[in-house]
Amino acid sequence: MYKILDKSIIGADEMVMNMGPQHPSTHGVLRLKIVTDGEIVSHIEPIIGYLHRCFEKHCENLSYEQIVPFTDRCDYLAAMHMAHGYSIAVEKLLGIEELPERVEYIRVILAEFQRIASHLIAIGVFGLDVGAITPFTWTLRDRERIIDLFESVTGSRLLYNYIWPGGLAHDLPPNFVQKASDFLDYFEPQIEEYNNLLTTNKIFIERSADIGVMPVDVAINYGVSGPTLRGSGIAHDLRKDEPYSIYKKFDFDVPVGEGLMGTVGDCWDRYYVKVLEMKESIKILRQALKTIPDGDVKSAIPKKIRPKKGEVYSRYETARGDLGLYIRSGGKNMPSRLKMRSPAFCNLSVLNEISAGWMISDVISILGSLDIVLGEIDR
Amino acid sequence: MTSVVDSLLNLLSFTGLDESILLILVLHIPALSIFLVMVVNATVAVYMERKVAAFMQDRLGPMEVGLFGFKGGKKFWGGIGQTIADAIKLLTKEDIVPDSADKKLMLLAPFIIFIGAFLTFIAVPFSQNLVVSDFNIGVFYIMAMSSVGVIGIIIAGWSSNNKWSLYGSMRAAAQIVSYEIPIGLSLLLVVLVVGSLNLGDIVQWQAENRWFIFHSPFTFVAFFIFFISVVAETNRTPFDIPEAESELVAGWMTEYSGFKWAIFFLSEYANMMIVSIVASVVFLGGWLSPLAIINVGIPDSWMIFDGPFIGIIWLMSKAIFLIFVMMWFRWTFPRLRVDQLMYLCWKVFIPFCLANLFFVSIWELIGGLFFK
Repeated sequence: MYKILDKSIIGADEMVMNMGPQHPSTHGVLRLKIVTDGEIVSHIEPIIGYLHRCFEKHCENLSYEQIVPFTDRCDYLAAMHMAHGYSIAVEKLLGIEELPERVEYIRVILAEFQRIASHLIAIGVFGLDVGAITPFTWTLRDRERIIDLFESVTGSRLLYNYIWPGGLAHDLPPNFVQKASDFLDYFEPQIEEYNNLLTTNKIFIERSADIGVMPVDVAINYGVSGPTLRGSGIAHDLRKDEPYSIYKKFDFDVPVGEGLMGTVGDCWDRYYVKVLEMKESIKILRQALKTIPDGDVKSAIPKKIRPKKGEVYSRYETARGDLGLYIRSGGKNMPSRLKMRSPAFCNLSVLNEISAGWMISDVISILGSLDIVLGEIDR
Repeated sequence: MTSVVDSLLNLLSFTGLDESILLILVLHIPALSIFLVMVVNATVAVYMERKVAAFMQDRLGPMEVGLFGFKGGKKFWGGIGQTIADAIKLLTKEDIVPDSADKKLMLLAPFIIFIGAFLTFIAVPFSQNLVVSDFNIGVFYIMAMSSVGVIGIIIAGWSSNNKWSLYGSMRAAAQIVSYEIPIGLSLLLVVLVVGSLNLGDIVQWQAENRWFIFHSPFTFVAFFIFFISVVAETNRTPFDIPEAESELVAGWMTEYSGFKWAIFFLSEYANMMIVSIVASVVFLGGWLSPLAIINVGIPDSWMIFDGPFIGIIWLMSKAIFLIFVMMWFRWTFPRLRVDQLMYLCWKVFIPFCLANLFFVSIWELIGGLFFK
């Protein structure tokens, strides 16, 4: 029920447990070294690097165009976001101010669909972590439809290589807008169904409310961002605060955790913020699909990307939080340094702070509510 | 009341063999039948679970593996051979024993669990007179035997020499021992009213009066407490914390594979069946036809749907319905945490059970004066 920090109550020896890298609920190949006292966890050390692919070093030897597929593979659940964030950074570096309107619209539409798809996985897997199996299959069923949409646009289902610096690989298929609207009509009532099945389930609330509370100061000190930060009650969303692309044009809210079922910043809030964000994404999508203009999507793609000497730092709101990309150009067609500030990495770092003193089962729910993707953490 | 063994002894008495030798020979028949029932039950239940899960999760479930070229495909009977293929796979799989495990104990554990489930079946009736041995302490015996399994679970968790297994077995021990109490107290109500521990007598009482779930408001509550507790005792979701796959990998079964794991599986499904049958017998009228309850304008000739042979169908349909409800739980609920589980048992169920016991006693005392 309550967090136990006073060890003298239990007074037993501590045991070191090794969770992962092969474990059903470490969301990939994360390894956790857990010091436990019976069921109570006293210290957690996340050990990462099992999926390290030298992304940043690779980028120093690749031309700017070639980096796009590599960014897709960082956050493989939100590949559109990574490519979009990277493209924005490169455009900033090149000094491209204006893109064709259609390009921006298509980018925003795909990014919001990607946000829904990524959040669907997040809430489904969180359900799986606390033991509910059916929500996972239901959310995957609906994600599948988004993936089908992406397939019709880009030709691939997970790693798209579609958003390029300066434009897009190609235009949308002819009936995309209709299909996308159909999906939204289908999907909006589904959110209620998830709420009935999982969000308001008594056992689920018992397992997630009041657990792993992340106070605002802890969240800010650790650099937590995205839905994880908003779950703690701070309405920080780069789409609103530093609007990039054409997010200024759309009307949407930034949902924050309100502690409906427990304390502000608990696992339930972090979960529910994602559910609410899907609704906001639907709002944006409806506006964007209604007003999408015609135009050429390739007109602004530079013939060759060879930025002048200089550096740029750009921020982007992915499904997991604040993606920062620092690119330094040495005047060649390859960046001389690329550094990615990945949101899930910072979100994971807070794990020990908020889960020490809870039980092993709670650590699983806390980890699930942080919504990490190892591809992006290890890079 | 007679039992299967008694009838067989009568049937074979013409051979003129010595009674004790005959008994030893005769005992093989029910023993083999029980084993077959367990195997068939596990096979069918696994298939049912897959299909129920697929139905609830909006997916197809097994549909490829057929029997004799009969596949079914996307129809609901598709993949009818899946469980047989599974069984063959499990039996032919390599049996992995970790290096640092206690090998003897690790071998012993599945058999203890299996024996627990197997011996329980001796007192479990499938219909009137269709019980291996009709104990006069049937309820007590079933309670005792179904808790033998926990010893096997602790041995399995300890001998695997894996921390996850150890956690799983400790959780299982705490859980099963705790939930014995509400189960016992719920059954005690019935024993209190009937005045007998014999399952046949209990059903006889229900035939003469009414089903136990409708005996009084208290037994109505007791049935739900009993059912939830047996779900916990069989380690099914939402009480599957001993083998919580997202936390403990597979709990106390983590290091087991192949045949030994198949035995765990067999026992788990056998336990599900046992508790469902016991719940049906004790609270839901056992092998009695539900038509008798309605009893409004039903001609007497319809009562032909009662009796030892039709009784199997009634009892089994009640039990299978309860098994279905267990599966329904599994595919709907998240899992409780270990302390919440204990809270539910000790602070909710046990006080309610004790209150039930008190009120049912009063009901019996006073009710005897007012209604009859």
